[in-house]
Amino acid sequence: MAFAAFSSSKPKGFSKPTKSGKVAIALLAPGLAYLGVFFLTPLIALIMVSLQAPDPDGFIGDYVAAFEFNNYFVVVSDYFPQMMRSFGYALAATVLALVISYPLAYFIGVKARPYPLLQKLMLTLVIAPFFISFLLRTLAWKQIFSNESWIVTTLQQLGLLESDQYVVGTPFMVIFGLTYNFIPFMTLPLYTSLERLDTRYLEAGSDLYASPSKVFRKVTIPLSMPGIISGTLLTFIPIAGDYINASGDFLGSSSTAMIGNVIESNYLISNDYPAASALSVLLMGAILILVAGYVKKSGTEDLL
Amino acid sequence: MKFSLGKYAFPLYAILAFIYLLIPIGYTFVFSFNDSLKTNLIWRGFTFDKWTNVCDREGVCEAFGNSVLIGVISTIAATALGTMIAIALVRYRFKFRRSTNLLLFLPMATPEVVLGAGLASQFFSLGVEKGIGTIILGHIVFCLSFVVVTVKARVSSLDPVLEEAGKDLYANPRQVFWKITFPLLLPGIAAAALLSFALSFDDFIITNFNAGADMTFPRYVFTAAARGVPAEANVIGSAVFIAAILLVLVTQINGERKRRLLLKKH
Repeated sequence: MAFAAFSSSKPKGFSKPTKSGKVAIALLAPGLAYLGVFFLTPLIALIMVSLQAPDPDGFIGDYVAAFEFNNYFVVVSDYFPQMMRSFGYALAATVLALVISYPLAYFIGVKARPYPLLQKLMLTLVIAPFFISFLLRTLAWKQIFSNESWIVTTLQQLGLLESDQYVVGTPFMVIFGLTYNFIPFMTLPLYTSLERLDTRYLEAGSDLYASPSKVFRKVTIPLSMPGIISGTLLTFIPIAGDYINASGDFLGSSSTAMIGNVIESNYLISNDYPAASALSVLLMGAILILVAGYVKKSGTEDLL
Repeated sequence: MKFSLGKYAFPLYAILAFIYLLIPIGYTFVFSFNDSLKTNLIWRGFTFDKWTNVCDREGVCEAFGNSVLIGVISTIAATALGTMIAIALVRYRFKFRRSTNLLLFLPMATPEVVLGAGLASQFFSLGVEKGIGTIILGHIVFCLSFVVVTVKARVSSLDPVLEEAGKDLYANPRQVFWKITFPLLLPGIAAAALLSFALSFDDFIITNFNAGADMTFPRYVFTAAARGVPAEANVIGSAVFIAAILLVLVTQINGERKRRLLLKKH
């Protein structure tokens, strides 16, 4: 799903999967066993840690196995604003990424069809940000919008910002950075789905006297829905867990902390492992609900 | 005559969108030539020094070397495991197909901070010391799924007639695989390996949870961000960017040339 855009070749002779048995198991077993050990067990470890209680005889940062479900109530009441903020920022950035990406994906996937080389070059430009370090490109935006930058001084002179107002550290800046960093995850699935769009349906629509905007709403959008759904999922999930953009050293400030920042500081700085784990479990649970909704609608074959 | 806005609106929009996507890249590149001191915040003049003496800045090259090492090992492991799974998914019918698809998708859907904290908890409870080894073990997890996705697309586009032809000519299954299937899959496997390396090289969050005292390039940048990132980091970032873009462009132009050649023959 995610990077299907890398290979524009469509399945031709899909061989019937008929053989079975030992070969399939031999091919699957090593990889799936690896995911069992290094993906599933860590998630279980996380659930166990989230229920741990402080060691009565130990130091700060020492915990013992327990069933302290109260941890969950504590983190929700302590960090409710950060949880809501993560959800709000992720929603805003995902919608922005969709609005920015759709015309671009439409241009590459539909309008530029007669020029395959141009299509490929434009796809390369879409994924170009992936090739420069995530942290460096985020810092670049921080410098561009820094307090002494010409953008900020111009905005202040125009009266759009007060003379003591800045951009870095505001929710606007964090949402801007999140949108920028995850746009390729939206554009690629949209492109994959628009590239397969049969333009004769659009012609049929206008032949039947539908206005261009009606054709867009009634034909183009429904036909590109798989791309919209997978793009939304692929952008929303990493944004909801991101903590780089919102961190104080990058685009955010203490008032923009998201759930990822709280997990990081609890785990790596204050060593409150149960709180960090409980928050991770809650985040994962919320995302599993989203994925379950998707699987119910589209099945599991389209996931990959 | 009606002025057709649509004709120019889309290309114009695309150009603006690409400018927006490229701005931070251009900024990073330009500031790699800045004659800066410890931090790299204001323009102080043009110099090639940071490119020619990049390793003079303490820790930059060591972090870069670690990142390359981690990327190479994770990529080899993830590409081997993922290619096998991709072949099995397309070519074989087996029970638990739904659960297999789900198990492969979930690492892509798991926020990095969750997987990072989970792995760290597991290593902690097993008493494993964190370092380059634990970073690699973590990177293989998320690279694996992306390899499966990329190679699977290639396997599905493979015409099984070619393999049957090999069988008809008395090739044994091993020969069919190594002489026919594998060479045809190679572009897909190469793309998957590249993607995997890029993901591993640029990963920060999972690395940061499982790194212990070992540095990687993204960790170096993160640590330096509090004080100001030196221009040498921009040099490394820009060099990696240029190498990656060149690689992708060469592959694409090559592919296009082959396609045109084939079209001419027919």
